[in-house]
Amino acid sequence: MSTRTDKIDALAEQAARTDSAGVSVAAAAWRRLRRNPVFLFGAAIVVAFVALALLSPWLAPYDPGERMLGDQVIRARDQIPPPQEGHPLGGDQVGRDLLSRILIGSQQTLMVGVLATLIGFTGGLVLGTLAGALGGWVDTVVMRAVDVMLSIPGLLLAVSIGALFSQPNQFTVILAVAMVQVPIFARLLRGSMLAQRHSDHVLAARALGVRQRAIVFRHMLPNSLGPVIVQSTLVLAISIIDAAALSFLGLGNPDDRIPEWGAMLGEAQKAIDSHPHLAYWPAACIIVVALGFTLMGESLREALDPKSRR
Amino acid sequence: MALLEVRDLSVVFKRKGEEPFTAVDGVSFDVEPGQTVGLVGESGCGKSVTSMAIMGLLAKRGVKVSGSAKFDGTELLTLSDKQMRDRRGQELGMVFQDPLSSLNPVISIGLQVAEVIERHRGLSRKEASVQAAELLDKVGIPDPKRRLSEYPHQLSGGMRQRALIAIALACRPRLLIADEPTTALDVTIQAQILALLAELVKETDTALIMITHDLGVVAGLCDEVNVLYGGRVVERAGRHDLFRVPRHPYTHGLLASIPRLDAPRGERLSPIRGSVADNIPWTQGCAFAPRCPNAIDTCVEVTPAMEPDPVVAGERLLRCHNPVEPADRVEQEILT
Repeated sequence: MSTRTDKIDALAEQAARTDSAGVSVAAAAWRRLRRNPVFLFGAAIVVAFVALALLSPWLAPYDPGERMLGDQVIRARDQIPPPQEGHPLGGDQVGRDLLSRILIGSQQTLMVGVLATLIGFTGGLVLGTLAGALGGWVDTVVMRAVDVMLSIPGLLLAVSIGALFSQPNQFTVILAVAMVQVPIFARLLRGSMLAQRHSDHVLAARALGVRQRAIVFRHMLPNSLGPVIVQSTLVLAISIIDAAALSFLGLGNPDDRIPEWGAMLGEAQKAIDSHPHLAYWPAACIIVVALGFTLMGESLREALDPKSRR
Repeated sequence: MALLEVRDLSVVFKRKGEEPFTAVDGVSFDVEPGQTVGLVGESGCGKSVTSMAIMGLLAKRGVKVSGSAKFDGTELLTLSDKQMRDRRGQELGMVFQDPLSSLNPVISIGLQVAEVIERHRGLSRKEASVQAAELLDKVGIPDPKRRLSEYPHQLSGGMRQRALIAIALACRPRLLIADEPTTALDVTIQAQILALLAELVKETDTALIMITHDLGVVAGLCDEVNVLYGGRVVERAGRHDLFRVPRHPYTHGLLASIPRLDAPRGERLSPIRGSVADNIPWTQGCAFAPRCPNAIDTCVEVTPAMEPDPVVAGERLLRCHNPVEPADRVEQEILT
């Protein structure tokens, strides 16, 4: 009899131990994500893209800036190097290897996406925390400024900011794209900070005499970050597209030896009638990468949002 | 001098373009160390607002708090934010109603207990978490070391409330306010939590203000009971006196509306007529008059004062023109 109860006790104890000891919100979300095909698909694209960007210097067969097929370009007859032995995608308008340019181009695109998101995230974090934590007139001033920025369509705003710089380069593109994202992050964070400010656990923390700073950074901010983190994965996709658009409009890096997908697309537009394939490749790359980040972001949002859990 | 002396405490909510709303209207009571004082009443009678005002947790804007709340001789209502913050958690503890939403969901239990100890005792994180484990053990959480690293959603309701009590008692406050601490729990757990509170209070000689709408909780725990209606105390008596001879028609109604196991089958429940929505201010007449079965003409004309009960013995204050007569024999026996 006693051996049996001992066995049961041992089992119960084991169950209690294996049963999610110390599972945080993030870990619980990860469990759901692991089985979500949409997330896995998006994540696969993103991982492949990042790997490509990191490894492209070794993957690319040639220097993307060298006009190695220049002798095959005949301007008068609108002729460019066709796909051939050693150059599976052929060359561009000035005879540079298209495959190498696409591969190396991923570096710039990744940098734009990540940096623009980071800058936008940081700016939004500062403004949103200020507005949400302090409230009152700080909140009013910050939020009206945000409203003004949000009232201008995002891409138009990015183009305007980009056009302010007399000498555009890669960093001005990143800055212009990031500035557009700041008000979105700020507004999102401020909203969830406000909800946190009136929550029971913040009241409980106040009832314990916890200092204001600790309440903001330990109790309010971590609980407000969920939607902002999700937004940042979506912003990554948007930044890549926006940066491509700026490059396309000629507000990007003027040095065309360093390839960038958006700039390549812009260049290809000049020859879209005769050589549409020059546009297909960078366009397809942008679309796939943006899709990857968007799918990942959407499934993250679902996993973290308790209301959409099935 | 009592540990906490609340005198004529009033809280008025003022919103732009709206009539000011008086949530608490001249509430006075004392709490001695080791004593448990109950604030009882239905939703919206000002129980929680009273406790929030004492703790200084009400918003600054649009709220007017007047009167006095002296803690150990110090006036709490005029203290600066910083002074008040240093006392909260240290000298004044509070246990809230909903244990799940009162805990931060993204921080481990251990950190939440340790946070208070770090804040008020100035201990290091390591020392604080050793104390946190002891505290969890003291409030009856099994395997406290493991629980320290767990998150609120992994604990059961009773366990969460125990953790909240541990947090509130971490710095051994001299006054503990429990705002409906058992409302969100099921009955068996309620009994455990109440027993735990009673034990801890007795052990440490803590003064306890018990806010509840549950007369069962009052009967089990409180030494003295204040019955609130419409922001005012309408009857105050020791627990035994109050339950044996309820004098105010509201108290009487509350007790009469409790379903009884020994009532005949099929007997209807006897609720108090109307609802607090008919609430009228105490400016002219008694706020309970529209719902009161004993109401007489004086009730709607003259606001009753808080006075010693002229009929029944014992320490009792009453705010009524026409109290319920002590009726049956048991009640007659304790009449003088």
